Amino acid sequence: MSTTETSILNLPDQSTAVIPKKNFITAEDGLLSWLLTGDHKRIAMLYLISITVFFFIGGAFAGLIRLELLTPQPDLVASDTYNKFFTMHGIIMVFLFLVPSVPATIGNFLIPIMLGARDLAFPKINLLSWYLYMIAGCVILTSLVLGGVDTGWTFTTPLSTHYLNTHVITTAVGVFIAGFSSIFTGLNFIVTIHRMRCPGMTWFRMPLFVWSHYAASVLMVLGTPVLAIALVLVLLERVFGIGVFDPTKGGDPLLFQHLFWFYSHPAVYIMILPGMGVISEVVSTFSRKRVFGYTAVAFSSVAIALFGFFVWEHHMFIMGVSNYSALVFSLLTMLVAVPSAIKIFNWAFTLQMGSITFETPMLYAFGFMGLFTIGGLTGVFLGSLGMDIQLTETYFIVAHFHFVMVGGMLMAFLAGIHFWWPKMTGRMYPESLSKLAAVVTFIGFNLTFMPQFILGYLGMPRRYHAYPAEFQVLNVLSTAGATVLGVGYVLPVIYLAWSLKYGPVAGNNPWQATGLEWQIQSPPLTENFTEIPIMDHEAYDYEWLEHKTAQEVNAVG
Amino acid sequence: MDSAIDTTHAEHDAAEHEHVYVPQHRHHFETEEQQREAGSFGMWLFLLTEIMFFGGMFFAYLLFRNWYYEPFVVASNQLNIGMGAANTAILITSGFFMALAVWAAEVRKKNLLVIFLILTTIFGCAFLGVKYFEYKEKYELHHIPGASFDVSQFINPAAYHLNQPKIAPDQAQHVQLFFFLYFAMTGMHALHMIIGIFLLFWLLWRARKGEFSSGYVAPIENFGLYWHFVDIVWLFLFPLLYLINRHPLN
Amino acid sequence: MGISPVLWQFLVKWLTASALFPREGSTIAPWMDELYLFLLGMTVTGLVLVGAILFVFSMRYRKSVHPVATQIEGSTLLEATWTIIPLAIFLVTFVWGALLYFRIYNPPVNAMNIYIVGKQWMWKAEHPGGQHEINALHVPTGQNVQLTMISQDVFHSYSIPEFRIKREVIPGRYSTVWFNATTPGEYHLFCTQYCGTNHSLMIGTVTAMSPADYKKWTEDSTSGMSLAQNGERLFASMGCNACHSGNAAARGPSLAGVYGSKLTLANGSQVLVNEAYLRDAILNPSQHVISGFAPIMPTYQGQISEDGLIDLVEYLKGLNTNYRVQQTLTTSQSDQAAPTTPGVVKP
Repeated sequence: MSTTETSILNLPDQSTAVIPKKNFITAEDGLLSWLLTGDHKRIAMLYLISITVFFFIGGAFAGLIRLELLTPQPDLVASDTYNKFFTMHGIIMVFLFLVPSVPATIGNFLIPIMLGARDLAFPKINLLSWYLYMIAGCVILTSLVLGGVDTGWTFTTPLSTHYLNTHVITTAVGVFIAGFSSIFTGLNFIVTIHRMRCPGMTWFRMPLFVWSHYAASVLMVLGTPVLAIALVLVLLERVFGIGVFDPTKGGDPLLFQHLFWFYSHPAVYIMILPGMGVISEVVSTFSRKRVFGYTAVAFSSVAIALFGFFVWEHHMFIMGVSNYSALVFSLLTMLVAVPSAIKIFNWAFTLQMGSITFETPMLYAFGFMGLFTIGGLTGVFLGSLGMDIQLTETYFIVAHFHFVMVGGMLMAFLAGIHFWWPKMTGRMYPESLSKLAAVVTFIGFNLTFMPQFILGYLGMPRRYHAYPAEFQVLNVLSTAGATVLGVGYVLPVIYLAWSLKYGPVAGNNPWQATGLEWQIQSPPLTENFTEIPIMDHEAYDYEWLEHKTAQEVNAVG
Repeated sequence: MDSAIDTTHAEHDAAEHEHVYVPQHRHHFETEEQQREAGSFGMWLFLLTEIMFFGGMFFAYLLFRNWYYEPFVVASNQLNIGMGAANTAILITSGFFMALAVWAAEVRKKNLLVIFLILTTIFGCAFLGVKYFEYKEKYELHHIPGASFDVSQFINPAAYHLNQPKIAPDQAQHVQLFFFLYFAMTGMHALHMIIGIFLLFWLLWRARKGEFSSGYVAPIENFGLYWHFVDIVWLFLFPLLYLINRHPLN
Repeated sequence: MGISPVLWQFLVKWLTASALFPREGSTIAPWMDELYLFLLGMTVTGLVLVGAILFVFSMRYRKSVHPVATQIEGSTLLEATWTIIPLAIFLVTFVWGALLYFRIYNPPVNAMNIYIVGKQWMWKAEHPGGQHEINALHVPTGQNVQLTMISQDVFHSYSIPEFRIKREVIPGRYSTVWFNATTPGEYHLFCTQYCGTNHSLMIGTVTAMSPADYKKWTEDSTSGMSLAQNGERLFASMGCNACHSGNAAARGPSLAGVYGSKLTLANGSQVLVNEAYLRDAILNPSQHVISGFAPIMPTYQGQISEDGLIDLVEYLKGLNTNYRVQQTLTTSQSDQAAPTTPGVVKP
């Protein structure tokens, strides 16, 4: 074994190592072979490229927002333009980045392999969902090019239906299509997990990554159609002006919010659950230990999915809902916080008695655990009815969901990308540079969003183009942090691209991990396995791996 | 370099490979059975999303019906119950032939399958035809929500020789909400029918080539699930929109 | 350290001008801050706990110190611990938060009422004495003030962070919030719900003043007509008094003393007459037909502004006797009658 005292990274001898000639990347040539592929790994790659593009478009808007907020005066752009900035930032980041991020890329790539299957259940539907995603992306970009939209990503009625003359319809159609993309992804995952497990792969032998994707998929399949119908009603209302959401015509503007949040709250769990799955894998691998309390972590994912459907009204506590229904939803919100706490402690205790190393994915995972703890606990502030009055609709909310979504999900996404990059491409990235990027991201993130908590309690409302001068110091800090954060995000793109050609050959199992995906070649064959495997051990069984490695060494020696 | 998971499991018996390979079998499924189960499971899940999709509109309907009971009753009485009932019968018949088509595919009778699929299609089209006349009637009566919507028949029914109680102008506005939901719900249902009929043409074309006559019936079965689901949605729409208020308003 | 004095001056000025914690401007603020500090303590404790666990384990079990991992399945006891303890803490915050919520959203009965109308992109405040303000609110300290708010167009949200209150201002529906300002001074007023182009300009100043100053302010800025007086005029000019005259034979029910009472509707249900009911009954009369009356009242939807509705509601709230209603009615009838047939009282 070539691992050292401080690393488990085990690359093959670079003088002799080569990338396997036959793999899913080299299987076929030509652009068409990618655009018409049914291979889940290729589709994952297509997704990876497209969501990265959209991430940077969304990120550019974030940069512009922070730039505008450098000064209290509305001086960089006009108010309408600013409103379009945060709307486009929200829509692109939520619907085109966060929702598909981990599931459609890493999940798409790995779920069949982790289950010992050759592909997802419906490869064509998988490809269709990528096309739907791209169409959605193009439609949303079209609305951007035509002049943008300024409803906010929440499409709040009656503002979006009767008071704006921007491209609401185009954008809503885009989001509608993106919704179907995510429905099909979720449907594919659920069927695959139910029906395509290899012999011996019982439910409780599945990696926790698969469990969390299962929970997220249930939310996608059941929640997204409600968003779709809410958007259809907005479209019809906008075109015909009937008044379903217009109080002057007898409609109910809160009805839209109920329908919208019925999806959009579970959507938060669609975004975070897959990230939690990544963290389970990473923490286990780098502490050489089975995840502490496997069943508790697995069931906490399911519990989050279940409770996640019954907390939507906590977005509307101050909107004149009945005090007593607010009471119920607040209680349920408290309950949904518990499974997240369970997960955090289980990950932390996975480290106990382990043999821990600190490679890049692990650094991101540590970042995730810290930031997600803050994000989760500040969620309790907002779930607590009285506190919500002061904090909702302020920068506190902004900071809270960025801690969960960016500090949590994006950290997990980057952890996952760095963890599985050698598997996906067969090459390693420069380790020291990637560690630097992880640290820069962490520092930049905290600098950006910590001040926003303070701003929130001070009462600075979100979506404000101009603000009172006394808030400037904190806003400048936040903008400065955003700059650092930007560097932290650009770095990986550069060195990961570099590694595609110049990175050292990674070998099958650079991290000495136990998952089925690490037992096959990197990059994998199109059919994943030459022979369908038989799962004869639990997930995260490091003794099995040791035994197997010893056997291989013996066989070779 | 070892390139795959170890394949030396002693218990990996050869029996696994005794599948019947048929042309429709996709390489990534281990067995034909697995493919069929996956397909049908996927279809059920898809129908679940459809339920949630229609559920949003049903929820809106129930909310507004609760708020604006009177206008909803009056508006509901304006629907053409004859056409609605006829459509219900037509749709059930169509569903019946679809069930027969699934049976015909299972017993591998190609000609019967084609005939039943044609009958299913004809009744499906008949449903849409009736729907067309229903919408047309609404158009002529200015019952289509939007700019041309006219409340005067509800405020002053006597002038239109209508036998219905008159309602106050502020209530009459809410009649429009009913018709909006009526068109949204039946329209969305009709859209599902149209998609279904296109799928039927495609299945017919394949059935005529004999693709479903050798034991491969998954597409027919799954489409059958979809078609029955569309039927069932109508079986909720019909009573909720047409029947539930079919009693004089006092 | 050779920091440039100019830069130093700049930094000092900058930091002293910035805020880190909002002032406590109302009686609600200390309650809110208690909960906030509790939650902050919870967060810091949780973070330190998780951080400490991660740090200690990372140090003790890093590979160079602990080269071989010991496999542990899990521990039901530990799982129970970190399920029950967080749950207990969360439930405490739930109860605490709920008590606070009910306190803020259930106004005390003796509060003085100020109406707020939100529209793109300004706040109108209407005091009972008829004082109107745009993007400003003057309130006395030491007195419970209830805001009854409504929006003319889209959702807005009325937020006074230093009072720790906020409530959505909804189109077509009254919402209320209350506070009791403690310290005279000027406070920020924000619209926190995104409402279109000039959302960030929908701001204003709340001025809390001592009761004496407030009295002076009300006297200086009165328009001469209270809301109720405006309402009385509207009641007559829109012809409400023709039916709601309080006469035995009147086509509409008498409205004297109706506010706060319980009415039986034509469909048999009982309703409590409050501001929301009065407003709704004017706009959607046929949904609120009182038992014993015919549904003949026309709708006033689109014919009367939210301000007008507020005037009417305020008038009806204070209406205890129909004496003036009848007088007005008689006067206007005799005025109309007078020129043509003097001396003859028409039937």
